Amino acid sequence: MDMLINPTVVELSRLQFALTALYHFLFVPLTLGLTFLLATMESVYVITGKPIYKEMTQFWGKLFAINFALGVATGLTMEFEFGTNWSMYSHFVGDIFGTPLAIEGLMAFFMESTFVGIMFFGWDRISAKAHLVVTYLVALGSNLSALWILIANGFMQDPRGGTFDPNTMRLEFSSFVQLIFNEDAQAKFVHTSIAGFVTGSMFVMGISAFYLLTNKRKDIALRSFRIAAVFGVISTIGVVTLGDALGFIDAKAQPMKVAAMEAIWNTDYNTASAPWNLIAFPDKAAGKNLFEIGVPYVLTPLLTHSEDTVIPGIHQLVDEAKPKVVNGIKAMVALKEYNHDHSNVQALATFKQYQTDMGYGFLAMQYAPDQDLKKVDASNLASVVDKTAHETVPNVWVEFWAFRIMVAFGFIMLAIFAFAAYFSLKNEVEKHPLLLKVALWSIPLPWFACEFGWITAENGRQPWTVYNMLPTFVSASSHSVGYMIFSLIGFVLLYSSFIAAEMYLMFKYARLGPQASHHGHDQAPAGGGMAGQPAFAKPSLAKK
Amino acid sequence: MDLYIGLKLLWWVLLGVLLMGLAIMVGMDMGVGTLLRFVGKNDGERRQALNVVGPHWDGNQVWFILGGGAIFAAWPTLYATSFSVFYIVMILLLFSMILRPVAFEYRSKVAASKWRDSWDWVFLISGFLPMFVYGAAIGNILEGVGFHFGWDGQYYQTESFIWYLLNPFAILSGLLAVSMSVYQGGAMLMLRGTDPVASRARNYASTAGIIAIALFIIGGFMISGMTGYSLISGDPGMPANAVSGQVVHAVSGAWLDNYAAQPILWIVPLLAIAGMLFGALMLRANKPILGWWLGAIAWIGILGTVAASMFPFLMPSSENLNQSLTVWNASGSRYNLIWMTIFTAIFVPTILAYTTWCFRVMRGKVNPPNPADDHAY
Repeated sequence: MDMLINPTVVELSRLQFALTALYHFLFVPLTLGLTFLLATMESVYVITGKPIYKEMTQFWGKLFAINFALGVATGLTMEFEFGTNWSMYSHFVGDIFGTPLAIEGLMAFFMESTFVGIMFFGWDRISAKAHLVVTYLVALGSNLSALWILIANGFMQDPRGGTFDPNTMRLEFSSFVQLIFNEDAQAKFVHTSIAGFVTGSMFVMGISAFYLLTNKRKDIALRSFRIAAVFGVISTIGVVTLGDALGFIDAKAQPMKVAAMEAIWNTDYNTASAPWNLIAFPDKAAGKNLFEIGVPYVLTPLLTHSEDTVIPGIHQLVDEAKPKVVNGIKAMVALKEYNHDHSNVQALATFKQYQTDMGYGFLAMQYAPDQDLKKVDASNLASVVDKTAHETVPNVWVEFWAFRIMVAFGFIMLAIFAFAAYFSLKNEVEKHPLLLKVALWSIPLPWFACEFGWITAENGRQPWTVYNMLPTFVSASSHSVGYMIFSLIGFVLLYSSFIAAEMYLMFKYARLGPQASHHGHDQAPAGGGMAGQPAFAKPSLAKK
Repeated sequence: MDLYIGLKLLWWVLLGVLLMGLAIMVGMDMGVGTLLRFVGKNDGERRQALNVVGPHWDGNQVWFILGGGAIFAAWPTLYATSFSVFYIVMILLLFSMILRPVAFEYRSKVAASKWRDSWDWVFLISGFLPMFVYGAAIGNILEGVGFHFGWDGQYYQTESFIWYLLNPFAILSGLLAVSMSVYQGGAMLMLRGTDPVASRARNYASTAGIIAIALFIIGGFMISGMTGYSLISGDPGMPANAVSGQVVHAVSGAWLDNYAAQPILWIVPLLAIAGMLFGALMLRANKPILGWWLGAIAWIGILGTVAASMFPFLMPSSENLNQSLTVWNASGSRYNLIWMTIFTAIFVPTILAYTTWCFRVMRGKVNPPNPADDHAY
């Protein structure tokens, strides 16, 4: 007999996935951005031949390595967790969702992880030019990796390229082109990659500012500061632009997410003057904002890039969902009949008629008597439909504020980078200790922005794992609460000690600075990893 | 033959290749981790041992991640079901797999002996445990797993995980996998390490090879008396639906049916035994390169034996026999498998090419690193 999964298990599974994904995403942006900064520094080294740029690359490369290890380790969790905790999801979309993940491994992750070994260990074993190519391959690999992951994520947000097959009870891959050219995936890839560049820039700039404030290795610090500041300005502008594009795309594909992001409860038909909520206290139970400050004439052009496109409110979207729930219930009842008897042509025909709304049928299951949609009749239909339609609204308070925090941090960083780049290009940063201090203390900002960006994207997707197709509560594995507590405790313990070790090493090596981290190399320039044992080391081809 | 059936078979072979690649390459790194405390008596020797696999463990680990992705895409139902059914075991495997990269990167970055010694224990656990779990999971699958599906494809499980992990055949399979990983890791330590690490590694690895032979043969006898599964009816070209469409019987000794039907298959277990035996002899004779390759052949033989016994089963259900996962009912769709094949055909040769290049660049003996050198692990 079919039962819904224990709601506690679903909530714990969600908690575990969110925690592990947010944790993984602490390391990914820095990897994405720092690889390109390393490649830039090393390019300057190869072009100019100045050894200081090699030293810079190696120093920042060491901090990169500390971060990279945890990115790889925690990424493994993500690859496993769909199977271990989201069994129904994996079964339902594996045919199309698993493919970009597999391609990511084949095309990107393998390249990144294999060459990263040569990047760290191969300095004295290959020519400077070959090493530069290796560094670029690592940068390319990590960013291609993000591309395929976000293609997979794009499918969850706006499922394109898959077709539900009632004979296999899953979404089957039907169009490669639609999968990879999904607008949501494309915009989100560029948005996320560039957010990584912002993170890498702020990291390098902040630590360089620390060296300038403490008079350590100014030669390296000034150069690193300038590269990072210029990189940062360009990247932050890119992030904001692509973020705007994402909002534009979501307004079409995920109107409910956008309505929640902006806390719009009722459609405003005066499109031109519709206010954009700067601050609001949304209350989902009451169905309105308890308090709001809006800026008129901003909302419509901001979201739709036009003045006359209507942006539907949450209440109107709930009303629009109601007929879909009615159809969805019919679809699911017919689908179940067809699955008990594959010769039931009538049931198959009924299913096909209502197929597009089947996700709403899944969503209604929790409100049906005995969780059996067949028992929904005239006496309880209205109540089931009403509850289900309201279920389509995500947590508006979280959505509204997560989005605002991300955007605010983005603009604060833009200002910091702009000042930093301006004074750095004028060779005056050292005259502005306040700017240096701000740069140092701003290091955490991009991380907050990235994490809140993830929350905006994924909280706004609720209650679905696959938008309008598969609800979250259906997607989970049917574990016992005990299993979930076991794994959650394990993750919390492991991940807490990881972050403690990571922060300890980061601070240790960042404080030590370039000079100290390098003396081993300076003592035995031809040895590298084989220092002290030149008999086995290949002659160095690298420029000294 | 229908293209879809051909694709299913191709991806069955690739699944096997992936599991073999994983066992050989990741198993080798894990064997080094397991042996670390035994082959290295001081910090310099342990760092030497770590740097033997240092430049490559990361690339090797990707086989593991790639394995997860490939099973997800090409065998979605198998991925969805096996990872959930073995939840506790999978979580333990995962924890040790994520501890290892961190141990590699962080161990030698702080000089305190307490710090390093703690990480060396992490290497031992994160080398031993995943290989044990890997073997035990395969052992369990041979025994049949208690799960069934609801009409919508959701799986349901009725048995506790403790019994999956702790039954005699699973323990034996787990120990076999650990022995092989110690063998493979030891061979690599001989190949790229210097004495005394290399000579200690030789003793451990050759002994592990002999133990592996014994475990493999005992396991073979256990399988011959075990309840096996037999596909009575099921259309190889069927849409991938595990809920219905097959008739499966459970028969004692059925895992030997394929060998009875095709006696030439006996070559596969013989290959495993020959690989382990001659491999151990080669290691004793100080021929680590030959020994390493014979170990790889032994792994291919061992996993090949499992595959030859079970075909076409992937994960039989002891609870609802007809819902057993097979090559025919658990695969991706035809369209998906075509794309997966295209990408594999392009990228696997590419990966092999650049991996070979990286191994060439980093070839040569590894010595205990200078204590001040922080370019090494």
